[in-house]
Amino acid sequence: MCVAVPGIVTRVLDEDSAEIEIGGAHATVSTVLLHRAVLPGDYLLAHAGYAIACIDTEQAERTLALWDQVNEHPV
Amino acid sequence: MNIQSEFRDPDRAFRILSQGVIPAAERIAGHLGRRAVIMEVCGTHTVAISRTGIRAVLGDWVELRSGPGCPVCVTTPGEVDAMINLAREGVTVATFADMLRVPGSDSSLELERARGNRVVVVSSPLQALALAERGTEVAFVAAGFETTAPTVAACVLDAMSGDIAGFSVYSSLRLIPPALNAILESGEIRIDGLLLPGHVAAIIGRQAFCSLAGCGIPAVIAGFEPVDILTALQCLLDRMLSGQSGVENGYGRVVTENGNAVAMRTVDQVFRPVSAGWRGLGDIAGSTLSFRSEFTRFDAARRFAIETVWISPGACRCGDVLSGRIDPPSCALFGRGCVPDHPRGPCMVSSEGACAAWYRYPAVT
Repeated sequence: MCVAVPGIVTRVLDEDSAEIEIGGAHATVSTVLLHRAVLPGDYLLAHAGYAIACIDTEQAERTLALWDQVNEHPV
Repeated sequence: MNIQSEFRDPDRAFRILSQGVIPAAERIAGHLGRRAVIMEVCGTHTVAISRTGIRAVLGDWVELRSGPGCPVCVTTPGEVDAMINLAREGVTVATFADMLRVPGSDSSLELERARGNRVVVVSSPLQALALAERGTEVAFVAAGFETTAPTVAACVLDAMSGDIAGFSVYSSLRLIPPALNAILESGEIRIDGLLLPGHVAAIIGRQAFCSLAGCGIPAVIAGFEPVDILTALQCLLDRMLSGQSGVENGYGRVVTENGNAVAMRTVDQVFRPVSAGWRGLGDIAGSTLSFRSEFTRFDAARRFAIETVWISPGACRCGDVLSGRIDPPSCALFGRGCVPDHPRGPCMVSSEGACAAWYRYPAVT
């Protein structure tokens, strides 16, 4: 069960947990497995009640731009 | 920017498929004189590839073969029986939902629950820990890979620091790179490329897969949205065409070079890798996580003296499916004696199981 879902931090509850929004639903996740404190607006990857990674949204935008450039002609 | 919708954009996915992936797939099949064989290691990829129709669209040129990346599926029949025996001991067994219906030799956790034994479904080990905190004796049956192991280890550390005596874990936690090395080194199956599991890689990083490079085939770490999978396939096919081996990170927004150091340290504090059996793959050195000596009081198998013994899977060929030897319809039970409502093996039970994915999306596999 390696399903993990991205969510955006809506509220930092304490130094070890945050509330995130996943597709309109709100959930509390533990942030103890992350290397840094989280802030509202951060994208996190949630798995089994824990945030397991911070999502690099700038990297995501660069990836999409690169692939749009590679396949630039709509068919 | 809504990340998920951008990576699910059908127009973008179609452009990548039609302009990038299909032409590359045609070229590699022409070059090889046969279909290229790509193993999608992760069960979540198996489902996504079936559901989106990618498997069917590429079927003339690329054979996408399922791998060992469904944790419930690689759990041995003996482990399933051990979990059932825990429930019979009177302890409350907490489990993720996909283990509930996996058949053991004469029962399942679902059947034990129907018989009045205490089996609860949780979506996080934290829920099992909370039950134990309220005074219930709880054994969490942990089937999972590197993605799940840190969450279990963090709960064990919480139980230790909070002196929560009633919490224990039956560990079926496993490691993916040793299993992949075992498959590749056996040479039993011809594999031209690997689609690597993005959420395992989120924890262990790109470099943890570099041991696979010795096998001389390309591998790409992939995310799980359609655009992620298609771009990873394009990278993989391009690498196959140019004869490049090595491991590429196609899921850069989540996966880093060295992974999540905090998560890996947490796992290392509580567990150590040992040799153990996998369904379909046999014993693999250093592939399963067992408690370190200072944490053995949280080991459910030890606490309740539950033995894990070898049991034959019978006619079920899940082991051959998840090691890439056959595709699901090649099993004589598939769709006949074995269907999702009456599964004979874990691959037909789990939401990530290859047999369930092939059965559920017949028109597109």
